[in-house]
Amino acid sequence: MKGKLLISVVLGIGFSIVSLPLFAHHGNAAYDTAKSITVKGTVTRWVWSNPHCILQLDVTDDQGQVVQWITETENPTSMTHYGWTMQSLKLGDQVTVTVIPVKNGRPVGRIIEVVLPNGQKLAGRVLPPVESSKPEDSPKQ
Amino acid sequence: MERVPTMPKRFVTPGVVLALLIVSPLARPQTAPPQSGAAKEQKAAPAAPAFVDADDWGHPITAVSTDHKAAPAPRHDISGIWDPGMDATHVIGTQGASAMPDDGKPEHQPPYTPLGREALNRTKPSNGVRSVLPADTNDPVVYCDPQGMPREDLYELRTTQILQTPQSVALLYQFGKVWRVVWADGRGLPKDPEPRWFGYSVGKWEDDYTFVVQTSGIDERTWVDRAGRPHSGDLRVEERFHRVDRDHLELTVTINDPKMYTKPWVALDKVRFQLQTRDYDVREMICSPTDFAEYNKLIGNPASNKDGR
Repeated sequence: MKGKLLISVVLGIGFSIVSLPLFAHHGNAAYDTAKSITVKGTVTRWVWSNPHCILQLDVTDDQGQVVQWITETENPTSMTHYGWTMQSLKLGDQVTVTVIPVKNGRPVGRIIEVVLPNGQKLAGRVLPPVESSKPEDSPKQ
Repeated sequence: MERVPTMPKRFVTPGVVLALLIVSPLARPQTAPPQSGAAKEQKAAPAAPAFVDADDWGHPITAVSTDHKAAPAPRHDISGIWDPGMDATHVIGTQGASAMPDDGKPEHQPPYTPLGREALNRTKPSNGVRSVLPADTNDPVVYCDPQGMPREDLYELRTTQILQTPQSVALLYQFGKVWRVVWADGRGLPKDPEPRWFGYSVGKWEDDYTFVVQTSGIDERTWVDRAGRPHSGDLRVEERFHRVDRDHLELTVTINDPKMYTKPWVALDKVRFQLQTRDYDVREMICSPTDFAEYNKLIGNPASNKDGR
């Protein structure tokens, strides 16, 4: 054992230090960057892996149906810079996830922020949507 | 292919995390039976102390600084573990070469020849203003082909280790876990060699603190950058490694390809690297076809309406 690290979460780091409006490395063509959606659910999958870490959660909607949301962050090296670790999430955790959703309305999104069971926040490297901003990375024919 | 799920033995307690001895970047998926949950409101989080950005042994990474009070540069020495920081604009290159991002601005358009523009239109990047949906891209790197040169400098440029021998300089790159050798023994570039993904590189000291590298013989299948800028077999890449002081290195990359561009253009402009401590361990970032297939199954295809649903 190499000793202990005091690691915690920096509030809002993903919003404050990113200097440009560009996001993760697969581009945003599939994402509706003008929107954000917040869901709360139970972690059913957490994959700490290249190219992107993947968090899947079961969310019960207003009609009582369980919807399986699948959300992504960037790669582990990047996420480590923002305080995430492989142990940040575990199966069964009740979490609140704010994402940029995909344009086609599927329950898929790119993580802006996760609130952990103990209330701490982890920021994805994504800026929240800004009103009346230009669309970034919009596909061109 | 579903990997064997594992449960980590360690757990997070407020403010204290045990250092990890070994963290593998291989996927460690966990799955569980569905449970319910609902709410749309987000509660305020408690204030959080700063975290320590460190390698997998707990050695802190030294953030890039702009101070100029560091010790003087050693002569003829660019060796070390160098980290360029996380500034997406300059080193991740999501919109292409950071000195010429593909953002639609006219001043950021490389000077294409007609042939260059034709070749540009054949690339379908998943970033930049010409981006397509993830499932439609023909970016070779997405399918785990080597980045090659100059793209290894222009996309996902991360912690780079430089080693020097009397005859050569070797660069070990985090992204893709690849390496290059630059010959520094006075030889010139080979004439008409067989193409290589990373080409052939020779370098020499222009002054005591600037090592200049020329690369040619690059496989035409590589893209210049993430935005799909093209190149021909005539491409010549110049890299200037300038040891600013003991703790800082600056890299400038220039693209010279008369078939595709009417004149040379600067792709990376004095990107600054910070010297790390000698014991810093670089994380693995490998393009694994298996990992990408899994990613597409879970995210890429549903997001692009390509999963048959």
